[in-house]
Formats: sequence, structure tokens, C-alpha cells
Amino acid sequence: MKQQEEINDNSRRDFIKTAAIAGIATAACGSLACSCSSKKPVQPVGEKVKLLSPEGEIVEIDSAYLNHQEHMAIVSKLEAREGMAGKKFVMVVDLSRCKNARKCVSACQKWHYRPQETEWLTVKLMKDSDKAAPYWFPKQCFHCDNPPCVKVCPVDATFKRQDGLVLIDNERCIGCKFCMAACPYSTRVFNWTDPVMPEAIANQQYSPETGIPARVGTVEKCDFCPDRSREGLLPPCVEACPNGVFYFGDENEDTVSNGDETVSFTQLIKDRAAYRFQEELGTKPRVYYLPPKDRQFPVERGYENLPDQLKARFRDVMEGGAE
Amino acid sequence: MELNQYQKDIFEKQKPVIETYGKKTWGWTIFFLLWILVGGYALYLQVADGHIVTGMRDNVVWGLYIANFIFFIGISYAGAVISGLLHILHVEWRKPIIRIAEIITVIATMIGPVFILLCVGRLDRLHHLFLYPRLQSPITWDVLAITTYFTGSVIFLYLALIKDFAIYRDAKLNIPKWKQKLYSILAIGYRGTPSQKRHIKISTDLMAIMIIPLAIIVHSVLSWIFGMTLRPGWHSSIFGPYFVLAAIYSGTGVLIMAMWVYRKMYKLNSLLTDQHFVYLGYIMMVLGAAYGYFTFSEYLTAWFGSAKWDNEVIEKLFTLEYYGGWFLFTNIAGILLPILVVAIPFTRKPGLITIASFFMVIALWVKRYLIIVPTLESTLLPMQDTRPEYIKYSATWVEWALTFAGIATFFLLFTLLSKFVTIIPISEFGDKEKTAAGTTASVKEN
Ligand code: SF4
Ligand code: SF4
Repeated sequence: MKQQEEINDNSRRDFIKTAAIAGIATAACGSLACSCSSKKPVQPVGEKVKLLSPEGEIVEIDSAYLNHQEHMAIVSKLEAREGMAGKKFVMVVDLSRCKNARKCVSACQKWHYRPQETEWLTVKLMKDSDKAAPYWFPKQCFHCDNPPCVKVCPVDATFKRQDGLVLIDNERCIGCKFCMAACPYSTRVFNWTDPVMPEAIANQQYSPETGIPARVGTVEKCDFCPDRSREGLLPPCVEACPNGVFYFGDENEDTVSNGDETVSFTQLIKDRAAYRFQEELGTKPRVYYLPPKDRQFPVERGYENLPDQLKARFRDVMEGGAE
Repeated sequence: MELNQYQKDIFEKQKPVIETYGKKTWGWTIFFLLWILVGGYALYLQVADGHIVTGMRDNVVWGLYIANFIFFIGISYAGAVISGLLHILHVEWRKPIIRIAEIITVIATMIGPVFILLCVGRLDRLHHLFLYPRLQSPITWDVLAITTYFTGSVIFLYLALIKDFAIYRDAKLNIPKWKQKLYSILAIGYRGTPSQKRHIKISTDLMAIMIIPLAIIVHSVLSWIFGMTLRPGWHSSIFGPYFVLAAIYSGTGVLIMAMWVYRKMYKLNSLLTDQHFVYLGYIMMVLGAAYGYFTFSEYLTAWFGSAKWDNEVIEKLFTLEYYGGWFLFTNIAGILLPILVVAIPFTRKPGLITIASFFMVIALWVKRYLIIVPTLESTLLPMQDTRPEYIKYSATWVEWALTFAGIATFFLLFTLLSKFVTIIPISEFGDKEKTAAGTTASVKEN
């Protein structure tokens, strides 16, 4: 329950933030309507928010009414397969700002109700060669434009959408794991046991866009949170990062935002000499990396305060020096 | 059906085998059934608790099961290629061994796919393969190829059996009614009329020709499950032919072993002669050399080029602390041993050839494991995981239990079939009994 509240809390903040940035009033009104019909009475918290109603008037409401929106964007299976027309989602990851705070990891796990061991988004410590300086490397699904995982699926359970996303339909997946063998980036995870979730979540209607509820014997992975995009929200990892490492946006609109600033995608990748991981594999990732030049934090900052168990992951690189 | 003297002899020898189901056979049957039962329990656990009961995890997503799958489809080549090819080439000495070979094919093709099903997380959704088939997936190719191949092998085996069923039907065997009835149904009214003979001959010739490309397709497609990915150790253009060759090779080995067991058990020395072992030994030797050549080119190029990711796999195979010992074993027992045993006249004896085949077949199984596991343990991004079972695969008892259940099923089905049909076909010697008898006799003298 506590987790649930935290998520509500988080998303409330997220919502307001994004509403301010993007000015998406209609989504807000959708949620307004929703909160009125919800069974549990909501206590006002006294924090007022200004919104634009569908009639074009500014209304002021208590923010407590705003968020009963958990994974509400249940679209039809067909829509979930086609994706959002006119969009091309991209992500830019600024490696010079990452200090392995791991807020993205936990935000992702919370949003998707995944346990600690399941990391759709993970942070690696890369060291490209003996003499090279190590750097933190957050990695999620690259939503490749030429996705090897999609090519091999025998039942079309994982598919590529027009908005660039690669999603999985866990109601169709037969669990052959071929896609896991085919993804060169070890992105996908399998539900080896019956996943543990709050009951309300387990009973929720499934959508490939939310990935909830997870199911035993099927594959899952980072989905770029299209349900949040439909609401005009940024993915939780983007919002959770204290250092603004992740920029998420639409290539067609040529804007990406890390929650604090919204910038031109082409300009950003040009100015900062962005690259895509392992371009030579020909998978055409939709995630761009900005090289770890002029770093904001020494790499040790992401190591020293880690709990031992996590430290162990990186010990070789941090203490052993060369591989 | 009229039998000539030679056929009568062969039949007399084998009659007791199909008429009785002795204590010993019952013993074995129960033994195999017990193994299968243990496997059944393991399967129950796997379905009830999820794949967590196996050693497979997010990095090594496939393990023993896939190795078994390749292995069984591999030995199925015994019938397809060996007997198909020998049939087309009209090699006379094939006659006593083709049935063993074809039975191996059918049974192995039945068991192999079960192992790929064991890798599937949602067995309850298998119908999705037909509801939402996607042609671009190598798994779909596999489903199509294996079903066609299996159907083809069953027909090939059955065509060769029809005449024999007619013989059993007419022989007044001392057997239960249902069995008598079954024979007569399966003989589909065959009386040996010229037109019936001609039809069977044409169909058999056709099937023999078709079964070879089918078999080649099956194993190529199978290899492409790996070859089509971008992974080191898999993404190799020779994978198709390499797998096909390894398959024929291991099929020959299993055929030699089966021959030896039958000869011993039912004292069929006059039919399964020493010369048969030598001939099959020669085939094995040539295949072994070719297989060795493929192995050498595959690993030499990867090692010499030494791209970073390739190198990780190569290092695992070449280092003793990892898989080096096993890799060495596969090359010694899987390549050198069979070649030497057959090449040296002194060791070219049925017993030794059989032992060499035994080791070779084991080595080829290990080799399949070494193709799967080290590659999956070498990820492109550093694994940086602290859970040992995610870093290194080791099979659990569940996987072993199901593996042995698969082997037990193989033996069980073989036993059952060998109690139902004669292991040495009788009718084969019918049309040209003189040449057949003559050849066998001359083979014996050799
Ligand atoms: S990163 Fe892997 S899972 Fe994601 S789209 Fe690319 S190949 Fe598929
Ligand atoms: S595991 Fe599921 S998503 Fe992956 S290839 Fe198999 S059926 Fe498709």
C-alpha cells in the first residue's frame, strides 16, 4: 500500500510538471472526470492547480483530484499494435551527467510493479578498453528500427509500431525466448516464476502499452511507457533522474525533454556528437548516447555509496582496473 | 504371401521376437517407464512452478533441452540420409539395416521436438503458432519443416513395411487377435500382385529421393535458429552445412550402435555381418573427416579474426577452466577416435567400431551443448550481475530428468516397435532373392 501511495505521489508531481511543460489540458480533464466517478472519496490536500477545461476556461482544482490515472490509457489491442500516428519516439541519454544514482531503475520498477531483481532499465559500468576511463551507462530497450527480436518471434507477440516502439503482447507470447537470444543487448527478461504484484494490479486489464499485469512464462522489457505518452507524461525514468540524464521526445516534432529543459533533438545530437550503441550491428537503435565528455561527476561517486550487493557488480572494473 | 527359402530363414529367426514379450523385455519396459515417470514429475514441476526450476535464466535462455533437440533431430538422419541414399544408389548390403535406420528416424523425429517444447514458457498457448504464424521467424520454418519431415519419414518407413505386414498377416503367427487384426489392417490388402508391387516400388523410390532434401532442410533450418541471430559462435555462414553434416555423422553412429545391440540380442550375425560394420564404419570415417574439417574452419576463422565478442566465446572454449576440457573431448572422441579406429585395419572390428561410435555420439551431444551455452554466457554488454545462476548455466535435476526421460522414451518406443515388426525386413529380399542372398553371402565371406 505504501508503495502505491508513493507512486501516486510521484505521478502527481509528474503530472503537474508535464502539464506545465507541455500544456496538455485535455488529458487533465480526462482525469478529472475519472476522479469524480472513483469509488473512494479523495481528500483534498489543499494544493491548487490551474488547468484549462475543454471549454477553454481556466479552472482551479485541488491537486488530490488529479491523479487516479494509474495506467489508465488502456487502448484496444489493435491500437496498441499500431501505435500513435505521426509520432516517432526517441531517447537521448547524456552519459556525462550520469552518476549511477539509480533513481531511474527504481522509478521504472515502481511504475511497472516489478521486483528489485527485474531491471528493465539497468546501469552498467562501461570501460571500453584497458586505458579508457570507465563511465556509467544506463541502458534500456533501444526500440531498434531494425529489431532482431521482432524478426524472430514466431507468433508476432513482439512487434514494431509506427511510432517506433517495440512492444510485447504477453497474452500472445508463447515464451519461446527466441527474442531473448536474438536481442544482442540482453534487454529482455523472462518471468521465470509467477510474478508477485498487488492484487488490484494483477486483476487489471492487460495492455501491451502498460505491460501490466506481468505473466509467468512470458517475456517483458522496457516499453518506453506509451501509456504515459498518451497522457502527455514523460516516462518515469526520465522524471526520476535527478541529473536530467534522459531526454525523451518525438523525432518528428524534433523535441526532446528531460523534464527540466526541452530542446531540439537534432541540435542536441549534433552539438554533443551523439552516437548509437554498436551501430555496426545494424539494429538501428532509437536511443542515442551523448559521450561522457566534461563529466559532471567523477565515476567513483556512483560506486562509493552503493550497497555491497550492487558494489559487487562493478568491483572488477572499479578495483581490478583492466579486465 | 509366398515366401522363398531365404525369406523363410530370415523370418524363422525373427519369429520368436515378434511373437513373445518376454520377462526381460518386460523388465526393460518397466525400467524405461519409470524413467519416463520421473520425467513426467519433473515436467509437472516445470509447468506448475515455472521455468525457475530449470537452470535457464535471462542470459542463458536455452540449455540442455535445445542441445537434446538438435541431438535427436541429428540422429534421425540415420534413416533419412543413410537409408534414403543407399536406396537411391541401390546398395545391396543396405537391406538388412534399413529398417533399424528408419525406425531410429521416426522415433527420434518424434522425441526431438518435444525438447523444444520444453523450452517454451507457455505450453498452453502452442496453438498461437498456428493462429498467428509469422513466416519470417525461423521457428515457423522449423515447425513446417519438421512436420513435413516427420510425415515423410513415417510414410517412408510404412511403405517398406506394407509387404512385411502382409507376410505377418499370412504367417499364422502365435499372437493375440488384436495384433493379428492390426497386421491385416496395416497390410491394406497387399497380395503381391504386379501392380501392387509396382506402386510400392515407385512410391518408395520417390520417398527416398524426397526424404534427403527434406532432411537437409530440417537441419539447416534448425541451425538457422542460431545462425540468424547476431551472436558470436552462432552467426556463421557454415552453420547450415555444419549441422547437417554433424547430424548424418551422429546418425551413422547411432545406427552402428543399434546394429550391434540387435545382433547381440537376437544372434543375427548371419544377417548383420561384420562387413556391415565395416561399411558403415567407412561412411562414419569419411563423415568424421569432413566434420573435423568444418570444425577446424569454424573455430580457426573465429580465433584468427578474434573480434572482441567472438573472442569471448573462443576463450571460453579454449580455456581449461571453462569449457576447454569438454571442447577437447569433443574433438578427440568426436573426430580423431572414430577416424583412427576405422582407418587402422587392426582396430576395424565391430566391437571397437561400436565403441568408437558410442564415444562419438556422446561427443556430438556435448558439442551441441558447447554450441549453445558458451555463446549465451557471452553477452555483448558486460553482464555485471551478482547472481551466480545468471552468470553461468548449470542444468538442474529437472532438466536432466527430462533428458533421461527422452532417452528412455527412445528406447521404449524402439523396443515396442521391434516387438511389432521384424528388425530385418523380410520382403526386401523377395524380388531378387538370389542377388540379395548372394550379396549377403558374399559379404559374409569377405
Ligand atoms: S534493444 Fe533488443 S529488445 Fe530492444 S528492440 Fe533492440 S533488439 Fe529488440
Ligand atoms: S518469447 Fe514471446 S515475444 Fe519472444 S519470440 Fe517467443 S513468442 Fe515472441
